Amino acid sequence: MVTTFHYLLLAAALFTIGVIGVLTRRNIMIILMSIELMMNAVNINLIAFSARLQQVTGQVFAIFVITVAAAEAAVGLGIVIAMFKNKETMNINEIDLMKW
Amino acid sequence: MLELILFYTFGTIAVVSAILVITRHNVVHSAAFLGATLFAVAGIFLTLQAEFLAGVQVIVYVGGILVLFVFVIMLIAVERSVHERQYNRQRTIALITSAILIVEIAYGLYRGRDSLILPSIVTPPAAAAAVGNSEQVGTALYTSYLLPFEIASILLLVAIVGAVVLAKKRTPAEE
Repeated sequence: MVTTFHYLLLAAALFTIGVIGVLTRRNIMIILMSIELMMNAVNINLIAFSARLQQVTGQVFAIFVITVAAAEAAVGLGIVIAMFKNKETMNINEIDLMKW
Repeated sequence: MLELILFYTFGTIAVVSAILVITRHNVVHSAAFLGATLFAVAGIFLTLQAEFLAGVQVIVYVGGILVLFVFVIMLIAVERSVHERQYNRQRTIALITSAILIVEIAYGLYRGRDSLILPSIVTPPAAAAAVGNSEQVGTALYTSYLLPFEIASILLLVAIVGAVVLAKKRTPAEE
């Protein structure tokens, strides 16, 4: 029998993988992809509880999370392109203009 | 039983491809494995009787966001970045942070275990089952959550304008 607990464990695993990706990789594209992984983990949690409680609220909230993910991807990739035009790199360690 | 098989199949695909996303050296491979993860998560949504969300996941994530990623990868040089150092020198701090995160989540799950070890899907009341999932989500979205829905549309508009402003060429007048 699949319980809500199973889904929460799966979401926790995906979220942790996303966090590790953000913290260890230097390629900005992969960092953005890791953020998408984390948002997916959150959506799994929301929908698992939506199914558990038989309320549709969790699914509506998941739609808003997907909206925010789309907006974040558009702006994030715009920043990547602007950055690549200026610095010709995808390595985040070389983007240190505002670092003192 | 079928539920269990589906859950473990999709869950394994999701986790394994997620690990591959953050370990591949070539960005294109990462994007492909991200697509696999997104499809598997859509399958997880299906096992939770969220058919509408599964469709939205495939259309918006795989059809929209992932294609956007691939477009940007095409625009910027891939070959050179493959030979760069892929991992920064934060392995220790990353491990500590994820260990803290795992402990935190495990503690939360441990404290709430009695309320969580229940069937993930309780049988819906007959009236709710008669109405489809999309219809339920649509009704909630356009009645109780109308204001957040409008705010989300404004957010998308702002994101579109922001992305265009960030990515466009600077005109001589601006410089």
